Amino acid sequence: MKSLSEIETTAKRASRAVGYSWGMAEEVGKSIRLSELFGFPAIKHLNQYYQNKKKENFQEIKLINKINKSDGSSFCPIVFGVNFIDQVKKIETLKKCSVENLAYPLLLLPFLSRASEIIGKKLLISFDDCKFLLNFNVSILSNIWEKEMPILSKEVEISFLANEDNFSDQDWKNLYKLVEDTFVEETDSLKEGAAGAGLTDND
Amino acid sequence: MNIKLRNPNIIMKLSRLGSFHQSRLSFLRSFLSEFKDWQYNRDLFDLDQKGYGTAIYSFKKKDRVYSLICYANKINDDERSDRVIATKWDAAFTLHDGVPLKEDINRLRNEVPKQEVGRLSYKELTLSRANKSVRAFNHVVESLSNGNQPDLDLLEKVGYLYRTTAVYGSGKFGLADRFRIKNREEINGPFRLEMMLVYLVRQFTFDQVNHVAKNKNPNLAVRLDPKICRNLGIGNSTGLGMAPFIVNHPTLLNNWILSREIALKKIREIKIVKIQDRDLFKDCLKNSLKNITSWNTESEYQLKKIKLLLKDIKKFISFLENRFDFQKDYPFNEIYLWLEKETCEECIEYVVSIMMEPFSDIVQPLVKQMSSDEEKYFNIPTERNVGDLKKILENKYSDILRINFNIEESNQKFWFISKNKEEPRLANRFEENGADLEQPLAIARDIKKLYERLLLLKDNLKINQFLIDNSDLRHVVRRAFIAEKFPYSEIQDNTIGENLVPIDMLRLKLSFFGALKFDPRSDKWLRICMFQGAPLPNELKDYDEQWVYKTHS
Repeated sequence: MKSLSEIETTAKRASRAVGYSWGMAEEVGKSIRLSELFGFPAIKHLNQYYQNKKKENFQEIKLINKINKSDGSSFCPIVFGVNFIDQVKKIETLKKCSVENLAYPLLLLPFLSRASEIIGKKLLISFDDCKFLLNFNVSILSNIWEKEMPILSKEVEISFLANEDNFSDQDWKNLYKLVEDTFVEETDSLKEGAAGAGLTDND
Repeated sequence: MNIKLRNPNIIMKLSRLGSFHQSRLSFLRSFLSEFKDWQYNRDLFDLDQKGYGTAIYSFKKKDRVYSLICYANKINDDERSDRVIATKWDAAFTLHDGVPLKEDINRLRNEVPKQEVGRLSYKELTLSRANKSVRAFNHVVESLSNGNQPDLDLLEKVGYLYRTTAVYGSGKFGLADRFRIKNREEINGPFRLEMMLVYLVRQFTFDQVNHVAKNKNPNLAVRLDPKICRNLGIGNSTGLGMAPFIVNHPTLLNNWILSREIALKKIREIKIVKIQDRDLFKDCLKNSLKNITSWNTESEYQLKKIKLLLKDIKKFISFLENRFDFQKDYPFNEIYLWLEKETCEECIEYVVSIMMEPFSDIVQPLVKQMSSDEEKYFNIPTERNVGDLKKILENKYSDILRINFNIEESNQKFWFISKNKEEPRLANRFEENGADLEQPLAIARDIKKLYERLLLLKDNLKINQFLIDNSDLRHVVRRAFIAEKFPYSEIQDNTIGENLVPIDMLRLKLSFFGALKFDPRSDKWLRICMFQGAPLPNELKDYDEQWVYKTHS
């Protein structure tokens, strides 16, 4: 088994070898390590992408907009991912964005996962029939398991989810009722001696 | 009195960092301190008459066990090499997490001796190999087997029976990643498991030499005197592989240096020094002279430094004895100011290390702050602007911004990874091929390039916009924002200049390991000795904390 340290170093050096700057290569190393830690086949996809990169030109998105249309060729998931992290505070105001023709969309996941941590919001990413919920870079929930990931997605949609509960008020109230069973009713004499007792509100 | 931390622009120069010495903060000393109440055991010693076979040593506390597995193999004299290109060694070692099963021992027997081309598993924590000092080892075997103790002069010159040529950890070759073990309290300090490996290897060398001597002449052989064992350490040959580490781990480097600087600041701020603390400082200082006079090297560079150090230390001792009054307020501050004025860098840093000896209460809490959670500082704060970054560069890299990179001398060297051994190397940019594959270790040059580009831009431009068209400088943008928070994270020198002395970078790291007697064999590699004078494993329960200054006693 390869260690995560070996995975990060190898991904970084390979990225430099295919032409990314050292700073970008560092981002790739970190992200591939993360993706493998989460259990995704990132090394496999990175390897395939870099083999293709020798033969095919991929577009590089610089400024990420709400809708990012392709001129026919496919977008590089790494440049998109790094710029997404860099620009995430601006992109967040759009609430949602999409990108056409993204190559190897799996490679985008760890960048978005890190972005989720930076802004403190969950992100939902969907392409083809795959969905991923990115939880503050702590975990990634997916509706696919042991399924082959696409190497090109016609459209990837990324949504910023509002910070809200994913349970109902009633669920919470019911659970809280149980909590109240751990409390003890206070007598009047105890209330009189509690902090702040003896003062008027206007003191 | 509030003493300021020393200026990074002075302390982080390579000549100063290359003058650092071991101290109470050093990793081998903090390792001994942490593991002194662990149960030491030799679990297996299955060597043949010539000393080849397998041995296992362990440290145990409650449910936690660390086991060193040693494989000693026969090699021919012409196969023995300390260079990284070697493929065979006298012995190979791994530190196993827990008690190894028979299957583990057999699996590792096939992998550990292969070192870089073998595969380890998440159950192994560190990996190393070592070669005999044939001269010292054979002499000791010969003497012991004849019923005599060895010649101390010879042993003093060498200092060890074996020298390691690499110690690997943190995920290399399949070893356990740091994240698997980082929450263990006993290893809350850098390189603690690497130190454990080296320490147990030292004991193996004594056991092996006794075993071979006994088998050579069972009736007459005697055991190596424990006092002699104590004065032997483990040698180490270190090349450029270590140098990039301190550039690639800026927050870790900061935490090492900052701990040292905080210790010095706090010691200088002590108003009245107790008599016993004063005496301990003076004792260590005087005893340490033996470490200087027994420091053997043929390196002219180092000989000059040692000569100057010895002269300045004697001058300092004379000052302390004849002209200095320890009764005055803030005596260590006075001493420090005198050192700065009157002595060389090597002497200043030597005495700074010794100043820490009496002050365990200051030093011990700092040991726990010497690790770093580097991931936390990886993301670039891209909402900041060009004006912020410019200010950081002007404040944190002021000397670097003065370097003229338009001249050849400032660009003469480049760092690369060698194809045959995947190890860092240094070459002349104007004479060798490969500069296009340069590693990102020319930080000063790239910081200057970044600054020049920033000067052309408006201050309010966001960093995320700057990075769109300046991806080639992304690595130094990240570093600059780290340097903003961590004052000692960056070497304040040119690491590709004509005058670079790479062993200064190695020496810095080795001093934090706790190495003694740096012996440069060229400007690119050196030999050192570790654990010389350290207590033996069966003496750990109650040992003298100042053992470093009491070798030969």
